[in-house]
Amino acid sequence: MLSAPLSPPLMHIPDGFLSILVSVVLWIATIGIVAVSLQRVNRDLGERQVPLMGVLAAAIFAGQMLNFPVAGGTSGHLLGAALATILLGPYAAVLVMACVIGVQGLLFQDGGLLAMGANIFNMGIVGVVVTHFLYRTLRNLGSGKRWTIFVGGFASAWLGVVTASLITALELAISGTTAANIAIPAMGGVHVLIGFGEALITVGALAFLYFTRPDLLKIGEAKPAGRAVWLAGLVIALAIAVASPLASSFPDGLEWVAEQQGFLNNAHNAPYQIIPDYVFPGIGNAALATIVAGVIGTLVVGGVAFALAYARRNRSVVSN
Amino acid sequence: MHVHFLDPFHNGTSLIHRLDPRVKLVFTLAYIVTASLLPFGAWAAYVLLLAIVLSVELASELGIGYVLRRALLATPFVLAAVPLIFTVPGTLLFTFSLGAWTFTASLEGVERLLSIAFKSWVSVQMAIVLAATTSFPNLLMAMRGIGIPRLLVAIVGLMWRYIFVLVDQALRLLRARAARSGATPEMGRRVGGSIVWRAQTTGGMAGNLLMRGFERGDRIYAAMAARGYDGEVRAFPLPQVPLTQWFGLGAAIFLFALILLFSILIVG
Amino acid sequence: MHHTIQVQELVFKYPDGTRALDGVSFHIAPGEKVALVGPNGAGKSTLILHLNGILQGEGTVCVADIPVVEKNFARVRAAVGLVFQDPDDQLFSPTVFDDVAFGPIYQGLDEQQVRARVEHALHAVHMQDYARRVSHHLSVGQKKRISIATVLSMQPEILVLDEPTAGLDPRGRRDLIRLLRELPQTMLIATHDLHMVQELLPRTIVMDGGRVVADGRTSEILNDDALLNAHGLEKP
Ligand SMILES: Nc1ncnc2c1ncn2[C@@H]1O[C@H](COP(=O)(O)OP(=O)(O)O)[C@@H](O)[C@H]1O
Ligand SMILES: [Mg+2]
Repeated sequence: MLSAPLSPPLMHIPDGFLSILVSVVLWIATIGIVAVSLQRVNRDLGERQVPLMGVLAAAIFAGQMLNFPVAGGTSGHLLGAALATILLGPYAAVLVMACVIGVQGLLFQDGGLLAMGANIFNMGIVGVVVTHFLYRTLRNLGSGKRWTIFVGGFASAWLGVVTASLITALELAISGTTAANIAIPAMGGVHVLIGFGEALITVGALAFLYFTRPDLLKIGEAKPAGRAVWLAGLVIALAIAVASPLASSFPDGLEWVAEQQGFLNNAHNAPYQIIPDYVFPGIGNAALATIVAGVIGTLVVGGVAFALAYARRNRSVVSN
Repeated sequence: MHVHFLDPFHNGTSLIHRLDPRVKLVFTLAYIVTASLLPFGAWAAYVLLLAIVLSVELASELGIGYVLRRALLATPFVLAAVPLIFTVPGTLLFTFSLGAWTFTASLEGVERLLSIAFKSWVSVQMAIVLAATTSFPNLLMAMRGIGIPRLLVAIVGLMWRYIFVLVDQALRLLRARAARSGATPEMGRRVGGSIVWRAQTTGGMAGNLLMRGFERGDRIYAAMAARGYDGEVRAFPLPQVPLTQWFGLGAAIFLFALILLFSILIVG
Repeated sequence: MHHTIQVQELVFKYPDGTRALDGVSFHIAPGEKVALVGPNGAGKSTLILHLNGILQGEGTVCVADIPVVEKNFARVRAAVGLVFQDPDDQLFSPTVFDDVAFGPIYQGLDEQQVRARVEHALHAVHMQDYARRVSHHLSVGQKKRISIATVLSMQPEILVLDEPTAGLDPRGRRDLIRLLRELPQTMLIATHDLHMVQELLPRTIVMDGGRVVADGRTSEILNDDALLNAHGLEKP
């Protein structure tokens, strides 16, 4: 029965779909972030790290088999990054998701091996970081009231899935294996819906835990984001800011083909494509301006968020 | 109840089964990297790659049919590359209209789509052979062999052990739900509640799994501590890779390099 | 006098406030085989976790004349073999071999010694052909035996088992009792299986509500209807 057991197939990139450059860069980023997480969790959990991380990774893996019928033979699934983040805090969640995605790729070919770095990055790291920020922010805005667990859980689970899917589409586009102007809206559109499934299941799980073992919901709370998580959040936001205008600055594929026919034939003869040639000619001044604006905007937002968190921490130190 | 279907390992004594797991892992990675590095449309090289993976499948005695069937799992993703037919510029192939839009397909676009599908197809086959001929404990050893930290390997090893226990639990929950999801004989009643309600029920099951995961984590910790575990992961040193297998691996990587070089020179 | 297990006025509260042990005292001499019985929630499992320092309460616990305090944990854990109730908790490694080798590896033995220990322990539980097997494919009875092997490989002086026959079918239970009879170690067995107690364990400690309510010869305790009734036990 469950030979392809796990989650929606569109998020697990198989091998062959990413350029070597994208694969390697994301592998390096993933290795670095997982290594930091491994250390951080070791500091927090000590001897309990191996049993707890191992068994919770197994629980998320098994949880991804749970589904509920939606309509027309489709079903909603759990990805679990949001749930792991809310319960365990960002570092442990990165570790757990990396194990889940790694085993899916290695054992069940659910996602490739060379593409595994990217898959862990998208679903594990991006999903976790986005969830963490939104959830923390909403919890703080609501002064930690009970309803913020559920509203925060819902919104952050949804946004985590949607962001991860956009990043996935972006990587494919940069690799030249899909057309950005089609893939990004398509992936985003599908995952806006998938995200609701994730969000609903996440809230269901949080509600269950809230009423049976409320102490478990405090584990993740106890660990404020370290500087590394803020940094990761900033990097991801910057990546989106840079890449999305790049990707969306392509005019509609067709017009563009007609327009560029002439000189593209030359460019197309580039001896070897790591980043396919057709990515570059499309950037006009408008796109460049958008990128610059995006970078500045992200830096500003990131700076503000950082300052707020800093101030909050100082205040809590004083009040202690 | 007992989940066996999860374990992709097929016991056997073939040449491929007997190779050192580290050699297999590195070979598989090298093959996939090669496939990924080949330019689009390097059909001669693609055919060589297919020949290599088919040979490995034969040598593994898994049955080519089995591998090909499993390899189909990755096909839905090819959809993501379909737009390339219409967006990659090049020789006009055909046009068609759909409402207000006109689509122009190019030969280069089709070629790129097929190239991506092909690379993906052969890569997934090699990964399937790796998982099907290497038991998980041996895969763990290979992971250690290529330098993954022991701590992480220990977590993954423990995870794999408990996947079976927790998937059993998940399936029991699903079965319990199914057993109580009846319909009344009355006509016209909506069966199964609202989508939100269904999702929340499923969420409750997920929460249940995680809660049991936490509790089991504590008990496993107690069982580990009772046998002296102190947070440091210890294991025997890895055995040497036999010299012949080193040579074999070296030769294979050299072959991959040649294929790459030729196809880049010819196609590029 | 030399005692293998000495527990003196042991009190333990769980973080949520449950007072699971409320002044427990008893002594066990070398070579004794003792049953620990009592209704669910009596505190049996909690007590067992104190015998090698996984939980620490007020009062004193000595095992093999070593006080169970943090600096002695390594020695204590080598002296007491704890077998937990659910073999899926006890067997956490990918293969049977890895699980049985775990304790000896942490005792710092070299590879050859570890292999010899594993072989010996698996032999003792009649599972010598299962070393390369993967634990989740085994039956419950087989898992129980391997669980015992995982502590036998540490060559403990004392074996402590939590509900070893729970969940076994009649044949599995019979085989396990036969196995336990063959083992020479001092034993403390928490159980609801009074048939086994009658057959195997000459001394019985009855616990209820975190206290020892009776401690004596099994034959006498199992014939004391008033005592058995008062603590939710049934005469075998
Ligand atoms: N982890 C725990 N947290 C809080 N209370 C617990 C925990 N484990 C057990 N208890 C409580 O401690 C008491 C003794 O439990 P236990 O030692 O498991 O009894 P037994 O093994 O005799 O059935 C019970 O009231 C039980 O509910
Ligand atoms: Mg108990």
